[in-house]
Amino acid sequence: MLYFSKWKALAIAVFSGIICLMILPSVLPPATYDSLPSVLQRKIVLGLDLQGGSYIVLQVEAGDLRKARLEHLRDDARRVLRDAKVGYSGLAIQGDSVQVRVREGQDADAALTQLRTLAMPLGGALASTGQLDTDVSRSGDVITLTPTAAGIQSRTIQAVSQSIEIIRKRIDQLGTTEPSIQRQGSDRIQVQVPGLQDPSRLKALLGQTAQLTFRLVDTTMSAQQALQGRPPAGTDVLYSEDQPPVPYLIEQRVLVAGEDLVDAQPSFDPTTREPVVTFRFNTNGARRFAEATQANVGRPFAIILDNKVISAPVIREPILGGSGQISGNFSVQQANDLSILLRAGALPVPLQVVEERTVGPGLGADSIRAGIIASLVGAGAVALFMVATYGLFGVIAVIAVAINVGMIFGVLAMLGATLTLPGIAGVVLTVGIAVDSNVLIYERIREEARAGRSAISAIDAGFTRALATILDSNITTFIAAAVLFYIGSGPVRGFAITFGIGIMTTVFTAFTLTRLMVAMWVRWRRPQRVPI
Amino acid sequence: MRLLRIVPDDTNFDFMRFRRISFPISAILSIVALVAFMTVGLNFGIDFKGGTLLEVRYPNATLNIADVRSRLESLDLGEVQIQEIGSEGEVLIRVAQQPGGEQAQQAVVGKVRAALGEGVEYRRVEVVGPRVSQELLSYGIVGLMLAVFCILIYLWFRFEWQFALGASIANFHDIVLTIGFMAIFQIDFDLTSVAALLTILGYSLNDTIVIYDRIREMLRRYKKMPTDELLNQSINSTLSRSVITHVTVTLALLALVLFGGRAIHSFSITMMFGVVLVGTYTSIFIASPLLIYLGVSTRALAEKAEKDAQNAANSKAERLAP
Repeated sequence: MLYFSKWKALAIAVFSGIICLMILPSVLPPATYDSLPSVLQRKIVLGLDLQGGSYIVLQVEAGDLRKARLEHLRDDARRVLRDAKVGYSGLAIQGDSVQVRVREGQDADAALTQLRTLAMPLGGALASTGQLDTDVSRSGDVITLTPTAAGIQSRTIQAVSQSIEIIRKRIDQLGTTEPSIQRQGSDRIQVQVPGLQDPSRLKALLGQTAQLTFRLVDTTMSAQQALQGRPPAGTDVLYSEDQPPVPYLIEQRVLVAGEDLVDAQPSFDPTTREPVVTFRFNTNGARRFAEATQANVGRPFAIILDNKVISAPVIREPILGGSGQISGNFSVQQANDLSILLRAGALPVPLQVVEERTVGPGLGADSIRAGIIASLVGAGAVALFMVATYGLFGVIAVIAVAINVGMIFGVLAMLGATLTLPGIAGVVLTVGIAVDSNVLIYERIREEARAGRSAISAIDAGFTRALATILDSNITTFIAAAVLFYIGSGPVRGFAITFGIGIMTTVFTAFTLTRLMVAMWVRWRRPQRVPI
Repeated sequence: MRLLRIVPDDTNFDFMRFRRISFPISAILSIVALVAFMTVGLNFGIDFKGGTLLEVRYPNATLNIADVRSRLESLDLGEVQIQEIGSEGEVLIRVAQQPGGEQAQQAVVGKVRAALGEGVEYRRVEVVGPRVSQELLSYGIVGLMLAVFCILIYLWFRFEWQFALGASIANFHDIVLTIGFMAIFQIDFDLTSVAALLTILGYSLNDTIVIYDRIREMLRRYKKMPTDELLNQSINSTLSRSVITHVTVTLALLALVLFGGRAIHSFSITMMFGVVLVGTYTSIFIASPLLIYLGVSTRALAEKAEKDAQNAANSKAERLAP
């Protein structure tokens, strides 16, 4: 147990040293860090609880998604039946499916064939699994189209991927450093933005679908009349964001939508000096907008964002240049944010915030300070106690634990893991538990010496017997840490990481470094009696 | 230099006899803990209950707690807890989960911000919606059970089943007492508490296994020794290690409790209780004496060894047979 070949000793020292040195990139100034080769650009990331920032989880609403899908299906069915010149009646959404009534006989067969073309194979034509996204069935003269569960699922996953792209574009505009946007499960998005002073702006940017449409205002009756009676077919009553909200009667037909925008910028109206958003359409949008404004001079049209009327100006002259401006009593920041939203594009489905955790920079700084003080005090007290109990062997234990802690941070840096306040607690706790391996070895050595063995034989037997116990006892603790890593998130996961890594480095140092140091001491001093 | 020696070398305490005291004590404490858990209940934090938590600081002693209270009460948000913390004008505001789904929770922060006005530092804002809190709770419970199960499997592989069962009973006892402690002192029960419970579990087992390892070793070596005496010797010979490790872990935890900051205070306190007060006691006074009742004895082991040897001999004979 006490014999180490020169090469083995060197290998242990070099390996431990390299792992410890992996901390260096984390403490270098940013300029030096950037000049490192990319292999070495790995560092410990401070958790949001230490550097301050916002953690937000957004969820795609399955209900919203299903509703949008059904509406889409209904519109497609209408188009397909019209194109095929099949007579139908009662096309509507019924619960979780779309139903339509056709005449029995040939029409029904033709309609069924046509409607079946609406069912798309999942995973696209290339990676098709044979499953369809819609179930089309006929009983008598009623044809039912039902989105399949697998179809909704795949659309949810698609919607999440698209949303992540759009959210990334929106957040990038805020100019914060290193935001992280990740998928969580099948229908959630986890957004982490460090160092943000005011998360309400972030939430406003994330929570809006930003579906922009330009539509005509229906002037055949007033909005009040429509509210009391029945709004004409193909129109909706939408409200403005004023206090109290003003109702408008708006046509459902969309003249131009946000997809056709190529740019949006905040600026000031030259005459009123009010903040406005100026925008530019692409060719397609510009053409359609020009046609619509030409045909409707003198009529009001509405600019609608997420079913809210922002403004409803009257078309004074055809707008042919493909650009325009939106005014709506904005503050400078509102105009700024709206142009960010328009540039990034609309989310495919509405997202809802289901969890938010924000730590201000003040608390983060306090936590770092508390973590450092607790670590120093804890490590110092343990070190003093060990030296008082075991003397020289205590010093060896302290060195082993110090290298152990260095290695924990080195591994954290290599993994690019996140250090949280509970993570620091994990390190402090590891210090307490890591010395346990030394205690087990030393106590065993003492016992063996008491049983009458010579010093060297006692030390050798002490290591042999204690190491089996160390392995056994640490594996169970490691299982607990692994489970914690699996179920935890954020700060708790940070604890599981440092604690788990700490257990591994503890076993490593007990088997190699402590043994090596004791072996070197034995070779040097040739002790006659055990010094503990 | 004279070295510190907490446990004298010739310590020989009769732990086995002490079980007549420690078992009833543990039984009573477990019942107290269970009763506290059933009647008082755990003080669930927003992780598991949903709702909103805000930590705000009023600079330069401008905090007027009565004013804060009246402003927040006028919002009509249902149950609102306002607690002054620290000495630097800091207030912890907890708003219970609002009726009306995820969006209603989000509105709370805006309302509170509007009510408190300008010149306030928002140090921490947490909003957990009903769906997430449900999931976190089930994750926590599943996680605890999963951990216990995995550890059981490992112990079963590594030791005889009696040891696995003994360690599990001891562990269960630790968890029950810690949960009782959290209920009685109304310590916030949140995700970090689950982390604390799992760590207590791991640590307490670690301690138990060290003693079990020694018992197993003694069982192999001293086949004629009475079981009582063998268990006693095992505990006594590992006692010095138990105490020293106990001290080092206590020192580390004490540093966390005193200096680790409020964000992990409930975590540190819970660990302090579970590891320092319960964990070590359990391994020595509960886990090891339990083995007697579970049928661990020198005689049983000797019989098993004989049988194993017989089996080995038989199979060898079979293999040798043409």
